[in-house]
Amino acid sequence: MSADLNVVGQSVERSDGIGHVTGRTRFFGDRSFPGMLHLKMVRSPLDHARIIGIDLTDAERVSGFVRALTASDVPHNLYTILGLIGVEPEEEFVLAEDRVRFKGEAIVAIIAESEAAALEAVSKVHLDLEELPAVFDVEEALRPGAPIVTSWGNNTFMYEGHPCRRVRLGDVEAAFERADHIVEGVYNTSPIEQAPVETTGCIAVPEANGRYTVYTNTQALYFSLDNTAIILQVPGNRLHFVGGTVGGGFGGKVDVIVEPIATLAAMKTNRPVRFAYSRSEEMQVSSTRSAWRIYIKDGISRDGHIIARKVTSYADSGAYSRQTPYALTKHAANAAGPYAIPNVSIDAYCVYTNRQPTSAMRGFGVTMASFALEVQMDKIAERVGVDPWTIRFINAYRNGDMKPHRKLAEDATLIETMQAAAALVGHVLPDDLRAMTSAPRDAGPDGGRD
Amino acid sequence: MASRIVTFDLGGREVEVMVRPMTTLQSVLRNQLGFTATKDGCRQGGCGSCTVLVNGQPMLSCLLPVEDVAGQRVTTLESITPAEGLHPIQQAFLDAHASQCGYCTPGMVMVSKALLDHDPAPTDDAIRHALTGNICRCTGYRPIVTAVHSAAEAVHDAADAMRGSAGERAR
Ligand code: FES
Ligand code: FES
Repeated sequence: MSADLNVVGQSVERSDGIGHVTGRTRFFGDRSFPGMLHLKMVRSPLDHARIIGIDLTDAERVSGFVRALTASDVPHNLYTILGLIGVEPEEEFVLAEDRVRFKGEAIVAIIAESEAAALEAVSKVHLDLEELPAVFDVEEALRPGAPIVTSWGNNTFMYEGHPCRRVRLGDVEAAFERADHIVEGVYNTSPIEQAPVETTGCIAVPEANGRYTVYTNTQALYFSLDNTAIILQVPGNRLHFVGGTVGGGFGGKVDVIVEPIATLAAMKTNRPVRFAYSRSEEMQVSSTRSAWRIYIKDGISRDGHIIARKVTSYADSGAYSRQTPYALTKHAANAAGPYAIPNVSIDAYCVYTNRQPTSAMRGFGVTMASFALEVQMDKIAERVGVDPWTIRFINAYRNGDMKPHRKLAEDATLIETMQAAAALVGHVLPDDLRAMTSAPRDAGPDGGRD
Repeated sequence: MASRIVTFDLGGREVEVMVRPMTTLQSVLRNQLGFTATKDGCRQGGCGSCTVLVNGQPMLSCLLPVEDVAGQRVTTLESITPAEGLHPIQQAFLDAHASQCGYCTPGMVMVSKALLDHDPAPTDDAIRHALTGNICRCTGYRPIVTAVHSAAEAVHDAADAMRGSAGERAR
């Protein structure tokens, strides 16, 4: 090891370790400020509805009520978190305007002197809603006549004008004709809540110099700052975000949801405002991992080589897309697995439904692809009559192989990783698998394959 | 309903607070007294992050009306942290990487303290049983169980050392 490395190879004490074990680490919620107000949300009790009216009269009479915010108070009410990296269109509302698209969608923000007063006022806001038909299944959402969740007439996120993210290599249909075996599978996964032990929240504090300091537990500090600046139509330098101390995130705290409205509340009242999710909001309103449905059709030669793979995936984005279009792109890039397959076709759809919006969670669309693909690999092994190790070794990427998205594999390590894994679990591999490496194939065109 | 004054012992000092009926001990600790080591992951008895000791027994402070601890002895993480250095349980959590985000850690340390106070050499099962009410989403629990084991050993060794030096002095 190079002598000038001071940290690599050393055990270094974490800078926040002592704070954590003594309870001195300051999470956002451990702070409080004189005159701090509390914000609570009036949320849609219905999955899909038209908003006819909002009556605040009784809420305003609650002792401790300070003010309410509705859509018209938000300078730029329509946004998309990924707009910062060029993703379009803007499609999510900070506060709902004429329609709610999922149960729990924010409609009115109530600001009050105490949390209890805010909750009481929330319970006294009367909503006049006209229920609309709702859709909860990705394939039903794509059928003609399905209730439309978006404002652009269909229920898919559009990728450069296409309703799905597409990956194409070779000719799958021709290869299916030649295949000795066809193996098909459909795989469903449920939405999963990241469930950090600390719920999502922030405190926005007006400063004497006209700036706002926002203490937040976001996982995406600058994303939050920039989106807040856009939503509130203020220059970024009026916002100072303080973060980095996150009581668990796992993807659950990358959406910009609490900061813009809390900062707006601080602007309108000129007082510090705290907005923190309750545990039930964290579970029922904050984004989850998407539910996925993944169809796989594989064509396999007699000796176990996969010669064609066709994948059709649907991610349930819920009512708004948040980070799901990006997760889906990563999914599409990985949906053929770490295997060298000469003919691949992937269609991956990001579908809007009337469910709780979904977003990032560990693995970002790839975890679900891996789950489906590895179960599929076991099915293939069983059909061809080879063991599950062999089927993976003979199909594994090697350096120089073309990936479906037209990138050459340059750092393949699957074979070596599986060899190490076999050793760790005490599985004795046959000699031919033990002798394999990720070095480029040398035998003939296509490595002697299709 | 009228507020009333409640007095209790917090880490060896008497505190007096004015509360409305049904105010939780958690809320008094965090919001009135600024003792924020006690966390609030759910406020509904589900996560254990708010665990404190009442007369040495672990309790969920989010479910405990502060009136119920009137005249009782309340111990929080702040009061077991020594003026210098760390309590052996804290040191063990640090050494075993039993704390990642740190949000569950105060509750974990407090239940571990209660366990080791009445069972200085707990079995693996006893440790796991003691931790069942506390959720950790980061560590996967194994480093926490390891930390409690090594804390038990450290407490034991320290006691031995004390006995040893006391014996030396006697001779
Ligand atoms: S905050 Fe008390 S158990 Fe979760
Ligand atoms: S360390 Fe994060 S929840 Fe336990």
